[in-house]
Amino acid sequence: MTTFDTIESERLYSGRLPAYAPYLVLLIAFAASGLLALLLGWGIVPFVIVGGLIAVVGMPAWSAVVENRRAATDRLVTSVIWAAFAVTLVPLVWLIWVVISKGVPAIDLSFLTHDMVQRLDPATGKLVAGGGLEHALIGTLLVTLGAVVISVPIGLFTAIYLVEYGKRNRIAKVVTFLVDVMTGIPSIVAGLFGLALFTLIFGVGTRMGIMGSIALSLLMIPTVVRSGEEMMRLVPDDLREASYALGVPKWRTIVKVVIPTALGGIVTGIMLAISRVIGETAPLLVAVGAAEAVNSNLFSGRMMTLPVFIMTQYSTATPQGYARAWGGALILIVIVMVLNLAARIISKIFAPKTGR
Amino acid sequence: MSTTPPDLETEEPLIQGPYAGVKFGRGDKAFSTVALASGVTILVTLAAVFVFLFIKGLPGFTADPEIFKPSSDSFWGYVGRLLFGTTFAAIIALLIAVPFSFALALFISHYAPRRIATPVAYVIDLLAAVPSVVFGLWGARTLAVSSQPVQRWFDHNLGWLPFFKGPASATGRTILIAGVVLAIMCIPIITAICREVFSQTPRLNEEAALALGATRWEMVRYAVFPHSRSGMVAAVMLGLGRALGETMAVSMVMSSTPIITLNMISSTNSATIASNIAANYKAEDNRIQTVLLATGLVLFLFTFLVNFVARYVAGRGERGQR
Amino acid sequence: MAKSIDVSDVNIYYGDFKAVEGVNMTIKAKAVTAFIGPSGCGKSTFLRTLNRMHEVIPGARVEGKITVSGQDLYDPAVDPVEVRRMVGMVFQRPNPFPTMSIYDNVLAGNKLNAKRMKKAEADEIVEKSLRGANLWNEVKDRLGKPGMGLSGGQQQRLCIARAIAVEPQVLLMDEPCSALDPISTAAIEDLIHELKDRYTIVIVTHNMQQAARVSDDTGFFNLKAAGQPGHLVEFNPTKKMFTNPDSESTEAYISGRFG
Repeated sequence: MTTFDTIESERLYSGRLPAYAPYLVLLIAFAASGLLALLLGWGIVPFVIVGGLIAVVGMPAWSAVVENRRAATDRLVTSVIWAAFAVTLVPLVWLIWVVISKGVPAIDLSFLTHDMVQRLDPATGKLVAGGGLEHALIGTLLVTLGAVVISVPIGLFTAIYLVEYGKRNRIAKVVTFLVDVMTGIPSIVAGLFGLALFTLIFGVGTRMGIMGSIALSLLMIPTVVRSGEEMMRLVPDDLREASYALGVPKWRTIVKVVIPTALGGIVTGIMLAISRVIGETAPLLVAVGAAEAVNSNLFSGRMMTLPVFIMTQYSTATPQGYARAWGGALILIVIVMVLNLAARIISKIFAPKTGR
Repeated sequence: MSTTPPDLETEEPLIQGPYAGVKFGRGDKAFSTVALASGVTILVTLAAVFVFLFIKGLPGFTADPEIFKPSSDSFWGYVGRLLFGTTFAAIIALLIAVPFSFALALFISHYAPRRIATPVAYVIDLLAAVPSVVFGLWGARTLAVSSQPVQRWFDHNLGWLPFFKGPASATGRTILIAGVVLAIMCIPIITAICREVFSQTPRLNEEAALALGATRWEMVRYAVFPHSRSGMVAAVMLGLGRALGETMAVSMVMSSTPIITLNMISSTNSATIASNIAANYKAEDNRIQTVLLATGLVLFLFTFLVNFVARYVAGRGERGQR
Repeated sequence: MAKSIDVSDVNIYYGDFKAVEGVNMTIKAKAVTAFIGPSGCGKSTFLRTLNRMHEVIPGARVEGKITVSGQDLYDPAVDPVEVRRMVGMVFQRPNPFPTMSIYDNVLAGNKLNAKRMKKAEADEIVEKSLRGANLWNEVKDRLGKPGMGLSGGQQQRLCIARAIAVEPQVLLMDEPCSALDPISTAAIEDLIHELKDRYTIVIVTHNMQQAARVSDDTGFFNLKAAGQPGHLVEFNPTKKMFTNPDSESTEAYISGRFG
């Protein structure tokens, strides 16, 4: 531990900047930068950067003059941290703005109700692509549903095992460790697994929606296990004991008392897991492939999914392709955000009642 | 599933013959077996992932050197180049992401007023929820284009550095931009963990530092950071794991080939393992498929190693504190 | 229908650690038996062995014999689940099920066991149990409301109603008033007086006045020394225990000279 410098003055109110100092510095910095911008004809980007820099440097400089070196360091760090926060907001706001501004014009009813199959246009006599993502929406829905059906039971029962039966025995430890390992599986490796598994069984070139579901459940299971485990551990042992004392067998206690009490958290965890895998691209690209038409059979043939639709439309490198990609991106983001929001609302509603 | 309990109204003897206990025992037995089976399924699945990749990918390790041409002349040369690209992109990402993440985590845990901190934490979590394909689209179509002047400026003024040797790519779609996009994807992960760790600093330590007359920064430096060191390392490693395995953001942003180059702003970029798989998985040649699976196996082991180290470091830190 | 309990030579272990040693007693039917003693002397642990609730704790096991009306609780053919139906339990802190209404909480013992019953029958059980727990008049208008919304004392009486709804023969109470205020405690004590007409009641308490007020028999548990197993020092009618105890250490404990 370092000893802190002793303060030279014994007066408590020696050199201290007023409370409004940061605002004043910000104002002056951006005024100066604005002046420069007007004189030199800069755009908005250099104006903001220079203004920010002046503020970040100016605040500690002023402090160094009026206060002391230690206070100046503190002010510098504070300014840098606020600046870092501002800078991180840039990509987020930028991304959301771009996706909305480019995505909204691309979306209309026909975008949602057509696939990409080329059909003869009776008016012009030419082949025209359907220009929509109906097939991708259906595909994403089915593949994700498949993943949910596979991973929720496995994940929940594993969580039940870890919390209620495995009481830190050897198997429970190994499973906990493996769940940790699974969390780190790169998504494309999950896709390769789906591909390798099915080509081994059904031969090279096999593509099915269910392969994607399996790949996605590989990514989903760890999240479901983790959140389920966490939530069930939050259920007080008092309740389990109350149930046992009523002569209720353990499994009924789990099904009728533990799970209902933890239900809000469990559902939230599952929805967050869905929102994470619904935007996964790489495993679906590898394992399910892409298609032009609606395919609602998970067990036969290629299927289009929303992320892969965005990807393939992007790689057409045509203006229409880009527009469709942005439209798809907006829809995907909206789906993910809605899932996230719903998860949060559910967890609020079912928040453990602490009333006693 | 349903077992009817004996009528509770009538008084029955406690012991009802040799099978009295079995009725309920059976439900419990079945249930615990299912629970155990699920756990074992995870075990088997993970083993299966490894075994399948191994069986299908093994021939790739000794594949005909012919198919690696022109970029290299053996599997290890090929995979080495890809590993270089993977690591290079991840390092660029972390160099950008780590300082921002630490600053942001500190902002949320110690600097921002509560009224701002909570929504900011929420917004950062939202950033984590944006699908990678959207990041890829934005990186390639928006960020890359807008960053061209900056990349040209690097070329002109810093061209003497091997990293900015140029010539600057005309599209802006370079490994530098891929790194920036990866960084934006890593920031929420690293921030979330660091924020947790920072806010778990014992209040007593913080108050002790403040009571000694420390400024807020000194308090952070002498009370918060020492307490959080292992958590911060683990957070960075988990971010690294994400950056190594990310596919779409990289493969959409840059076109790449398996080469080794430090040049970050030219139009020839080092491919990463994941982006290389995404770019070539359609290949007709069965041997290439096998090689891709082999590289996938290498990636799996590599990220596994990184995650393992992260957990080891985090676990050691936890033990050290008790 | 209430039953007496015979306990002979009971030892209780947590893993290798012997927690309670050599307990012998006869708990009378339709009477209140209180266990008193300093913290950690094993009285709660012993109480749990009377309905095999200790088996919930990993590593806990029992030696010796406990019989309820001549039937050995630890016979290998006996299902602990059956034992717990016959010997109900009320806990230290009120623990109504948070996901259930007051009505469902009372019926929990039946519902959780998937016992089918008619609405009228269920209503009858609920009313009878809540009346039995002196709670009916306070909650009859809000049976559909969550059980967690009641006050602490009401919650505890709800838990008692829940326990008696399955018609047990014996009711175990593990410090049922320790989390309650004096007024709620008085209500529970009144209730115990009423319940003993129908049930055999065993209560663990830290409060000696409470033991003196509610019980017919009292057992005093103590540790021989720190780290040694707990044991039953004295088991006598409450009147004798509080006026003229057999053992000196009992007198010392009751008069407040230690513990």
